[in-house]
Amino acid sequence: MAGETTTESHAAIADTAAEHGVGFPPFDVTTFASQLLWLAITFGIFYWIMKNVAMPRIAGILEDRKDRIAGDLSEANRLKDETDAAIAAYEQALAEARNKAHGIASDTRAKLKADQESRREKAEAELNEKLQAAETKIAGIKDEALSQIGDIAGETTSALVEQLIGKAPTKTDLTKALKTAMN
Amino acid sequence: MANDPISQFQIQKIFPIEVGGMDFSFTNSSLFMVLTVAATSAFLIFSTSGRGLVPSRVQSVSEMAYEFIAGTLRDATGSDGMRFFPLVFSLFMFVLVANLFGMFPYFFTVTSHIIVTFALAMLVISTVIIYGFMRHGMKFLKLFVPSGIPGPLVPLVTLIEVISFLSRPISLSVRLFANMLAGHITLKVFAGFIVSLGAFGAVGVAGAILPLLMTIAITALEFLVSFLQAYVFAVLTCMYLNDALHPSH
Repeated sequence: MAGETTTESHAAIADTAAEHGVGFPPFDVTTFASQLLWLAITFGIFYWIMKNVAMPRIAGILEDRKDRIAGDLSEANRLKDETDAAIAAYEQALAEARNKAHGIASDTRAKLKADQESRREKAEAELNEKLQAAETKIAGIKDEALSQIGDIAGETTSALVEQLIGKAPTKTDLTKALKTAMN
Repeated sequence: MANDPISQFQIQKIFPIEVGGMDFSFTNSSLFMVLTVAATSAFLIFSTSGRGLVPSRVQSVSEMAYEFIAGTLRDATGSDGMRFFPLVFSLFMFVLVANLFGMFPYFFTVTSHIIVTFALAMLVISTVIIYGFMRHGMKFLKLFVPSGIPGPLVPLVTLIEVISFLSRPISLSVRLFANMLAGHITLKVFAGFIVSLGAFGAVGVAGAILPLLMTIAITALEFLVSFLQAYVFAVLTCMYLNDALHPSH
């Protein structure tokens, strides 16, 4: 009797549960098969799409960007190296030009100096020559004058002697006397 | 019936299908699984269709999700764990979008059913077990015998490790299921208060402001929980996969 009542009340509870759907929906075992099947289908498709379409695409984009950034960086480095090389070349050219200018200047200076020197030497040589010539001339004139002095002295002496003794001395005596006197 | 906070979890058949006495009907749950998959795939594919070197806003959302999960997985398992990246990424995106879809009024929350979350958890655990044995053979069982334990303690620790391993699929699935379920029930209950109090005239309407504010706050919290639970699911998946890759800890 008591057992019957319990069965009846259990049946009553089960009835109410059936009326309100089946109790608590997440624990309703009858829906599990459908949920599992559709989850397997949808998640399977989703996994396939992610693995084969979406993820390779995003990975590709990220890879491209990484490559591009790395490429740009190396390009920038290359350009920087080129610039450095150009600056070095420019500086070297500048130094070379400076050296060359120095060379030209000192060459010119040396050349001018040498030119000047040679001209000076030439002028000095000319002057010396002229000096020499003048000295020779002076010596000539002096000699001439001196030789004429002898004659003049002779004549004067002869005139003096003629006045004193009334007779002109012989040429030989005169020359002799002159020679002793002049020495 | 509409005020019943449980009715939102009711599964309704859309196309009844029955094979060999088993009910495989296309239900509202199936519909939202399909919508989740379709919306997520469409978003990820169309947002990246420009393949922009400089990403557009939607493209950077996709890239962020991708790099977020890639970073999480790499941190947890190292670079050899990247073979599981499609699995972890799919799980994260599926759970996240299913959770967020549940936040729309009148939408069905796929992840509020224990069988769905349990199936996903079993997918993770069976991947761990199958891959663990495939890669390490019997050495995979070292997982249950941590090194550096004094002799007498080994059986006890091993027992604890085995129990903790067996409870993983349960904790993984129940955590997600319970969070989604409880959140939606709370929301519905507080939203129900607003309507019930509104029926009591001016005083009732004034009194309804409090549950209204609560509903707004809980909605914000639920969005956070939706993301957080998807993230937790993905992180735990990564940690379990790490056990399969490196069983001797």
